[in-house]
Amino acid sequence: MAQIFRKSSNSFARASLVGGFVFFFGFFGIVYAVYRSPYTTDVNVPLAQPAPFSHQHHVGGLGLDCRYCHTSVENSAFAGLPPTETCMTCHSQVWKNAPVLAPVRESLATGLPIAWKRVNLVPDFVFFNHSIHVQKGVGCSTCHGAVDRMPITWRAHSLYMRWCLDCHEAPQKFLRPRDQIFNVEWQAPPDQLARGQKLIAEYHISTNRLEQLRDCSMCHR
Amino acid sequence: MKTPDPAPRLDLAAIRARLNGARGQQYWRSLDEISETPEFKEMLQREFPNGASEWDDGVSRRSFLKMAAASLALAGLTACTKQPVREILPYVKQPEELVPGEPLFYATSMPLGGYATGVLAKSREGHPIKVDGNPEHPASRGASSIWMQASILDLYDPDRSQAFTHDGEISTWSDFIAELNEIAREQQTQHGAGLRFLTETITSPTLAAQLDALLKKFPQAKLHQFDAISRDNVREGARVAFGELVETQHRFDKAAVILSLESDFLYTHPQRLRYTRDFTDGRRVSGGKQEMNRLYVIESTPSVTGAMADHRLPLGSGEIEKVARRIASRFGIAANSASDTQDPQLESWVSAVVGDLEKNRGKSIIIAGESQPPMVHALCHLLNDKLGNVGNTLFYTEPAEFRPTNQLESLRELVQEMNSGAVQTLFILGGNPVFSAPVDFDFPAALPKVKRSIYLATDFDETAALCTWHIPQAHYLESWGDGKSFDGTVTLQQPLIEPLYGGKTAFEILGILFRQQPIRDDYENVREYWQSQKPGPDFKTQWRRAVHDGFIAGTALPEKKPGLKTEAITAALNSNKSGGAELELVFRPDPSVWDGRFANNGWLQECARPVTKLTWDNAVLVSPALAQRNQLTTDDVVELEFNGRKLRGPVWVQPGQAENTVALQLGYGRSRVGRVGRGVGFNSYLLRDSQSLWRSAGLKITRLNDRQHLVATQTHHNLHSPERQIYREGSLEEFRSDTQFVKKSLDQPANEDTLYNTDEYKYEGYKWGMSIDLTTCIGCNACLLACNAENNIPVVGKEQVNKNREMYWIRIDTYYKGPLDNPEFSHMPVPCMQCEHAPCELVCPVEATVHDHEGLNLQIYNRCVGTRFCSNNCPYKVRRFNFLWYADYKTPSFKPMYNPDVTVRWRGVMEKCTYCIQRISRARITAEKENRLIREGEIQTACQQACPASAIVFGDLNTPGSKVAALKTNPLDYAMLGELNTRPRTTYLAKLRNPNSEIENKPTASS
Repeated sequence: MAQIFRKSSNSFARASLVGGFVFFFGFFGIVYAVYRSPYTTDVNVPLAQPAPFSHQHHVGGLGLDCRYCHTSVENSAFAGLPPTETCMTCHSQVWKNAPVLAPVRESLATGLPIAWKRVNLVPDFVFFNHSIHVQKGVGCSTCHGAVDRMPITWRAHSLYMRWCLDCHEAPQKFLRPRDQIFNVEWQAPPDQLARGQKLIAEYHISTNRLEQLRDCSMCHR
Repeated sequence: MKTPDPAPRLDLAAIRARLNGARGQQYWRSLDEISETPEFKEMLQREFPNGASEWDDGVSRRSFLKMAAASLALAGLTACTKQPVREILPYVKQPEELVPGEPLFYATSMPLGGYATGVLAKSREGHPIKVDGNPEHPASRGASSIWMQASILDLYDPDRSQAFTHDGEISTWSDFIAELNEIAREQQTQHGAGLRFLTETITSPTLAAQLDALLKKFPQAKLHQFDAISRDNVREGARVAFGELVETQHRFDKAAVILSLESDFLYTHPQRLRYTRDFTDGRRVSGGKQEMNRLYVIESTPSVTGAMADHRLPLGSGEIEKVARRIASRFGIAANSASDTQDPQLESWVSAVVGDLEKNRGKSIIIAGESQPPMVHALCHLLNDKLGNVGNTLFYTEPAEFRPTNQLESLRELVQEMNSGAVQTLFILGGNPVFSAPVDFDFPAALPKVKRSIYLATDFDETAALCTWHIPQAHYLESWGDGKSFDGTVTLQQPLIEPLYGGKTAFEILGILFRQQPIRDDYENVREYWQSQKPGPDFKTQWRRAVHDGFIAGTALPEKKPGLKTEAITAALNSNKSGGAELELVFRPDPSVWDGRFANNGWLQECARPVTKLTWDNAVLVSPALAQRNQLTTDDVVELEFNGRKLRGPVWVQPGQAENTVALQLGYGRSRVGRVGRGVGFNSYLLRDSQSLWRSAGLKITRLNDRQHLVATQTHHNLHSPERQIYREGSLEEFRSDTQFVKKSLDQPANEDTLYNTDEYKYEGYKWGMSIDLTTCIGCNACLLACNAENNIPVVGKEQVNKNREMYWIRIDTYYKGPLDNPEFSHMPVPCMQCEHAPCELVCPVEATVHDHEGLNLQIYNRCVGTRFCSNNCPYKVRRFNFLWYADYKTPSFKPMYNPDVTVRWRGVMEKCTYCIQRISRARITAEKENRLIREGEIQTACQQACPASAIVFGDLNTPGSKVAALKTNPLDYAMLGELNTRPRTTYLAKLRNPNSEIENKPTASS
């Protein structure tokens, strides 16, 4: 009786076992890679805006404070986006006729808001509050990156829950002294962990509260 | 579409027998329960009725394809879709005080039935999202009615009228101005002979001044006022007693004994919120105070007030006058009561009440309801005077209304003139008289005889359809205005938003009749009026103050001492006698839709009516005895014949109803109404004629061979069985002799064994807890509606409610106790208990329901996959599953209504009460920023804030001296199903009643 399988079938069988294994994990690996890639997270992907606003120029170049435009960052959940009038305080004097500022002038003339594209966005079931983070020593650039080097603003971090938890589980790694909150070029010093621990006490973050930072109710409601 | 099955036919005789037997002293929830139908028994074991958890809704081909496509997209592509790019729109010019993300509160006022209630409206980024009582306003004291809470939905209602119409064609404001100028010209020459105004009750000083001036300018023009829920009887009663119109202001907090003759002063009275607060303050037993007031209620059909009574006597509405006369004669008033038949049981009841009143001279209140004839009101005035109550528990003032009048006669006169052709131009400022005028006036036939009829209303309703002009009216949150509360306090109304649909106000329209040039808007009219009232350099400051506060302090009407005309009353008593004991028909404003004006409000339609627990329907309420006699059962369609008019409707057998009384609620069966109210209920106004505004005898009732399913939530989410002590109560006597009686009565094992890791949570920070006082809860639904507005809870509709799928996070369970004909009522609001050992948490396979460090039992919507295990394991049945896509994401006008601090939940997700976690979070962040702890009273849950009875108290159990911590040590405190060792954070204070020991056997309806 002739053999059903040729000898090479053995190799095929072995190869398919390994191949199946590789394919299986590879598939999930690819899915994971896509999930973490800038394609999905939009991290480091500049987003075209109605007017090409440059944080690099305004913050890095001119040295405007974050709060000049994002006025409510210290006392509201929402950091605030400047009304057209804020833009026009300067741009009624400088770059008065620049073509790139046409949407801003148009907004002031028509009374219709400028439709900016949202760069940083969390899902609707997440309730992020700027004011408490700023008050408790989380600097702007911890989440938003070095905006002073962004000609067009992009998302600096994925804003995934895992990323949030990195800090909520160990805030000492990220907390800064109060006078450094709005310094977008701030870098963690080598002894950050020790300093962070001290800051936790300074900011009156109790042990209780530290534990609580991982409660679902902190952000979801 | 599958039609819901009607309820099984019940054997009322058997039910009665059971209740008279062993079960007499136990609580019961519904007639089905006592009769122990197999359907009910099965229901008790299940979370949802059979079939409710399955997909058995009819699916059309179109929706099937839609769903198939949607599931494909959801199943296959969720991981691959990116977050869509969204826009963010800053202001062009940011308003000065507005901080994006932070709410602003404005004091304004909500008019209902003519009277203004001060409210505090919450606005987020320029859109109002919540209305609550203004804590400083004397008429609300921070409390809410269901109508206040639901008014936010009315504001955003996409079915509101959005266009001017002229003869059915869309028209414009400028065309209308031209028409008004034409009218002004035409009427000028004839001194207004053909000009008539029909309004609802008016208290607005600005509108009153405008009308006064107009009537001066057009001396032959006339003003008519009509409210379907009229207070004519109250006015006429005062006229009989004092020869002039005076208003009675009661002080329930000072009363020890209250006798209500069909007065629903906790729910339908214009001063309801204040009265509820005062009444419940007089009932709360706390600290060293071991006194509470005693409430006697005589009424024909159970009301909210009646359900609170210590002694409730169901009696035909027409027979109440006899009892009033009998009580009066005991106080030496020749009330002509001797000839009445003597009923020994009734007699002993009356004796006990009289004895109690006698003992509490100067500390009692006798109050009659709007539905009682003027004679009864006059008797009340006389009795209150005799008992020395005047000046102590009540006082008199001028009416707060503008030109108070007998509204029925006022409308009668108008209709006569309309029919005779004397009326050329009729302004109808709200009220929908085509729908709600007495049927014998035939208002719909008279209206087309008027050459020009101009109707201002928020909806294009029955009246709008028959008028030549319809002007959309601005909602109270969209316009300036003013009004007076019942005690006369001037209350200002300021808008929070531009009119969404271009609505106008009466001020503007009347202003144009004056030929105001340029035309002044509502703001200018109101402000100018007040400037004329308070001229002087500091007007601006005063005005700003008044707008800020929402009312002008110190404008309550001064006490008045009218002379009582005793002889006139006794003379009237002799001439006046009430009818016999035949079958009577009574009308009541609906507890939800009022006179019909809220018919298009889904929140109100869906909230279970107090007492009946009906939703999405009205019914012919009959007593068990009448049902037994006529072989009726719930859901039977009957034909009512009254004065030659016929009406059909389904029967609801209501325990506690007077035997020979058939009650109908008004406001249903609207023919011109938006999508929500269409086809809901039947129109009771079709039987209501001018002779029987509230009550009339001579009704015939015939059972038809048809059934119509009524949906009531009374049997939903039922935990009750006689062995479980879910509801606990006692008498004041019991409490006085042993304050610990509640604790002792429990057969709760002191079992603290648990499988939980008790070290996991130590609750060292905040420890939230709630206490609900069953003594003071009046079951008014305000908490439920407030929760709705705060937490973006969707409406599901009648069909879904029938499947127990209502989404309300709080339900109010009503328990009955005692005989079928006159049971005691007990209310129990049930939100999530926030158990420390929560059974739901253990069974969730995806950890979507978890604990937090403050002891809250969280529901994480984005984790929930909808297994519903948690709900199956919840002993309190407080979890709600979003079976279908209930939330309205699509209607553009609803988007700004949602509370942006709360997730709008989607299909397939479990949800439940969160203790208003968004409010806790906001307070915690505020406190953290200031490096302090959250202060006592800083957080109020939405239900607590709304409760007019202050029955709900929320707070931190770890704060020493906090109100809620103190209440947990109250001897009356008990945990529902505490024996399960779930350690619920929400506990109850057992109900205390204050019965009169002289009334032992409660009489059944006198027959």
